[in-house]
Amino acid sequence: MDIFEILLSASFWTAAIRIASPLIFATLGELICERAGVLNLGIEGIMVAGAFAGWMAVYSGTGLWMGVAVAMVVGMLFGLIHSLLTVPFGLSQHVVGLGVTLLATSLTYYAYRLALPEVTSPPKIDAFQPFEIPLLSDIPLIGPALFAQTPLTYLAFILVGVVALVLYRTPLGLALRAAGENPAAVAAQGLSVTGIRMGAVIVGSGLMAVGGAFLTMSAFDSFFFEMVNGRGWICIALVVFGAWKPGKALLGAILFAAFDALQIRVQQTPLGADIPYQVFLMMPYFLSILALIVMSRRAEVPAALMVPFNKGER
Amino acid sequence: MRLEPVANPSLWRTTMPPAIAIGSTVVIASLLAMAAGANPFSVLGLILKGAFGSKFALLETLNRATPLIFTGLAVAVAFRARLWNIGAEAQLYAGALMTVVLGTGMLQWGALALLPALALASMLAGALVLLVPALLKVRFGVDEVVTTLLFNFIFLLFISMLLEGPLKDPMGMGWPKSERLVAEARLPRIVEGLRLHWGFALALIAAVVVWVIERRTTLGYEMRAVGLNREAAGFAGIPVNRVLIKTALLSGGLAALAGFSEVAGLKGNLTLDLSPGYGYTGIIVAMLALLNPLAVVAAALFVAGIFVGADSMSRAVEVPSYLADIMLATALLLMVLAILLTRFRVVRE
Amino acid sequence: MAGDGAAQVVLRLDSITKRFGKLVANDAVSLSLREGEVIALLGENGAGKTTLLNILFGQYTADEGNVEVFGQALPPGNPRAALDAGVGMVHQHFTLADNMTVLENVILGTQPLLSPRLDRGAARTKLEKLAQDFGLQVHPDAKVGSLTVGERQRVEILKALYRDARILILDEPTAVLTPQETEDLFATLRKAIKLGLSVVFISHKLHEVMAISDRVLILRHGRLVAERPIAEVDKETLASLMVGADVSAPKVAPGRPGDVLMRLDAVTTPARGNAPGLADVSLALHAGQIVGLAGVSGNGQGALADLIGGLIAPAEGRMELDSARLDTWSPRAAVQSGIARIPEDRHKTGTIAEFDLTENAILETYAQPPYSRSGLMNWGRAEAFTREIIETYDVRCPGPGTRIRLLSGGNMQKLILGRVLEAGPRIILANQPVRGLDIGAVNYVHGQLLAARDRGAAVLLISEDLDEIMALSDVIHVISEGRLSPGFARGSVTPAELGVWMAGQGFEKEAAHAS
Repeated sequence: MDIFEILLSASFWTAAIRIASPLIFATLGELICERAGVLNLGIEGIMVAGAFAGWMAVYSGTGLWMGVAVAMVVGMLFGLIHSLLTVPFGLSQHVVGLGVTLLATSLTYYAYRLALPEVTSPPKIDAFQPFEIPLLSDIPLIGPALFAQTPLTYLAFILVGVVALVLYRTPLGLALRAAGENPAAVAAQGLSVTGIRMGAVIVGSGLMAVGGAFLTMSAFDSFFFEMVNGRGWICIALVVFGAWKPGKALLGAILFAAFDALQIRVQQTPLGADIPYQVFLMMPYFLSILALIVMSRRAEVPAALMVPFNKGER
Repeated sequence: MRLEPVANPSLWRTTMPPAIAIGSTVVIASLLAMAAGANPFSVLGLILKGAFGSKFALLETLNRATPLIFTGLAVAVAFRARLWNIGAEAQLYAGALMTVVLGTGMLQWGALALLPALALASMLAGALVLLVPALLKVRFGVDEVVTTLLFNFIFLLFISMLLEGPLKDPMGMGWPKSERLVAEARLPRIVEGLRLHWGFALALIAAVVVWVIERRTTLGYEMRAVGLNREAAGFAGIPVNRVLIKTALLSGGLAALAGFSEVAGLKGNLTLDLSPGYGYTGIIVAMLALLNPLAVVAAALFVAGIFVGADSMSRAVEVPSYLADIMLATALLLMVLAILLTRFRVVRE
Repeated sequence: MAGDGAAQVVLRLDSITKRFGKLVANDAVSLSLREGEVIALLGENGAGKTTLLNILFGQYTADEGNVEVFGQALPPGNPRAALDAGVGMVHQHFTLADNMTVLENVILGTQPLLSPRLDRGAARTKLEKLAQDFGLQVHPDAKVGSLTVGERQRVEILKALYRDARILILDEPTAVLTPQETEDLFATLRKAIKLGLSVVFISHKLHEVMAISDRVLILRHGRLVAERPIAEVDKETLASLMVGADVSAPKVAPGRPGDVLMRLDAVTTPARGNAPGLADVSLALHAGQIVGLAGVSGNGQGALADLIGGLIAPAEGRMELDSARLDTWSPRAAVQSGIARIPEDRHKTGTIAEFDLTENAILETYAQPPYSRSGLMNWGRAEAFTREIIETYDVRCPGPGTRIRLLSGGNMQKLILGRVLEAGPRIILANQPVRGLDIGAVNYVHGQLLAARDRGAAVLLISEDLDEIMALSDVIHVISEGRLSPGFARGSVTPAELGVWMAGQGFEKEAAHAS
């Protein structure tokens, strides 16, 4: 199979959309935080926590959607910790974010060891199954790719629209964007910058956790250590690549995932056999860095990103 | 609520918040130990005993602290200039890589020539690894947090590739590991019979050197100025970008020494599990030390003690050793808050 | 209107006291505002005007006293309540989001946050009607970032009007306006009064206070020291009430110009964000002369200051130092060429807050002997130099090891003066050198600049305060949209004439003459 054939195969695009799904959730989550002015480096750890929490809930007997809700709530709790420290107290978003990642990751691993002390390989759950949308899934190529996915993937795509709608078409979205642009403008209109920013970080963290849960409940059916494997950091790059806009971020996530799916397939071609597999695995990270370089010049960074707001201080 | 600076903080205000932070960390760890069905006092006792309770424990802690001093210094130096180097892990592996490339037979020198050469070559490798994100930052304005993080993943894959390819030990029975260093490339023990190598002494020297650089040299002054107020530094004529690049070289070099010291002092070869995240833990060490190079040594001992103690504790009772990571993350978050509260009071408005 | 006892009291502050630590920012301040009235709140920087406003607007809570709007007590610490009660505030630093449109800025926070849809249509209609009624023309869909300063202020006022404000509070609204724009603002305010609004106007510009207000209240050191109907006072009385002593404008002898030390010849620099760069600017700085640069902020002053300070180089045109063309130019080169630079913002660019006085004193010269030799710092010499500055320039501080953020603005500025003047500079770039200082410090800084001039230094004084420019300068240029007016000799020009140039109108005539 050459590259051209791969690009025209339905299974390739199906895989790309599947790989994109967790990135879409987490990128939207990060985007919401940053649009309100808070960089959330807790993303990597929150994804780990979400992956475990959702899976563990289902393993303990709840329904799949309940598992998603549990993951979301766990993510929101870490978002609460992050936002408490970075918003009213204005602490370094770098340090707090990395601290939250470490806390979430280590708490997750601790909880995993406590919950399953004896197992050598983690148990499986009955994960989300693909749901073929009648008629639409019969369209060649894009049918299976877009309309024969698991419900969580559909949710990810719907969320892109919802987030865009909220950001640009509601009073709340206006206030949120203003908080990331000039918090003083928000305060002068009698709104609480602290409330808006904390809310954004909490909700955004919830979405990151759902992104993690996608890995254990839809892409795979089990929880492994290291399974998030830098996806959180890639999402931060995707937010920059998407110029802080949900639609462009979606495009970025799909492009990125397509590239990832491509490298997996090229590995199996004769061309790939001569190249160490690590080279292919490096590609997504290189691609992220490249995206950052390309976008660095024209990206519209929220003006108050990483700038704490202390009422009454000038 | 609002934060109001305190002009002349009292002794009470400067000491209480950090004390409460440490106390809360211990309380949280105890609660987690109880959740695991263990007696919190015995868990904490076991951690302490495992870290400092015997000569063996103490030496183990000092050994574990050695790479953490290096990575802690690397992070402290970079953060001081507000260069967010989260990539000490990659730089550590770069140092380790250089050590095995040159130290497994390529250089046939005596120990007195070979060891300094390996250390310097390692530093150079680590410096180059951080140079790339630093250049991307000053040339294109690319945020170094993300690039250094991503470099960690790239570099580990690169090491993995080498260990399965050109660097693979043919006698390694298929395991991805490098050949062992020649005898002249091994760091000797400080005192014969005690399991502590010269890497620890080198770490102490590095801490003092970094302290001297920060306080007594022109570069140190520039680094601090750039870190505290980049705009004012640039206005005054400090070459901000050049200072950031120099800082990156120093920081990357320090982190690489951790790799050199682990390979040459402890392990003797390079494997993919050389570092259990020393690069990331260096961030905690540096923050707990408030970026002060001399305090990095104390913070590294504290952090290493918790790790070593938790390992030994988890062998004795059914409490996962991840408790150590939780304690450190909690300590980090509460400590940055506590430090803030020593300088600001919270006013309700 | 003034003294019309029948008019309803719309706003009443009752013995407001606010302390910050030991500092009493407001000391039992009481005032009342009647419907259709303009009162002016006059006071020096730090007299407590802004604190009082922030209390009124709910951004601070008072330690004592209360606020009543239309007879209802206002709950403390709640900006929302103040807005809902009909108090609209136009902040000194605009509270606008640059990348959002005028309409978005105006409706921010006016619709229930959780309502599912942002209603733009009705909002636009209301906004357009308000703009019509009050003569505040702005395009609702323009990005705020693309507006001029005057237009942004209109947006700020529209924000308040959109929320049906009945009381307008304007904090130093004219600081950023040309004299003509100020007239427009006053016209708008007069319209507002006719429509039944009431206005609190904060300023330290006496002639404006005289022009617009019915009554004036004077704050000094947080205390209300006088309250007068405007008809009963004149400028001199106001000035002496404001500072608590008779003030006489310093008598400045004219300078004796010598050789040209620096010359710009048709220099152009790129635009910087919203601010223009320099457009074809020619300027000569003579030894022993103060050149004043007047203009509304954001018209290219920053570019000129950065050019002379070494932060940027000309994109086109020539720059000469001692008749020799400059090819390489950097902050360090500027310092070494004997240029003393007093930056516009002493907190952000002039000093490093967390550094002590010594570390700040050598910020520009740290790399040279005796402070640094072969890469090592000599802190002993640096400290000796700092002690000398503290002594000579009367910097009030506990010692050279004090962190500079603990110093007052005046003492911080004195340290900067010492840092740049100790070396005996030939050219002095003074960018807003007295902004935010009290009268004592202002006189000190002005005295130092004049003394340096008389020693033969060339001084470029950049200021938005026309009075300061007219008092000190031997030659005055006006900058507008990056263009420089011809130089006017001391006493040959009136403020009104300068105002025409500041509004950018003189340039067209000049161009017409040329063609």
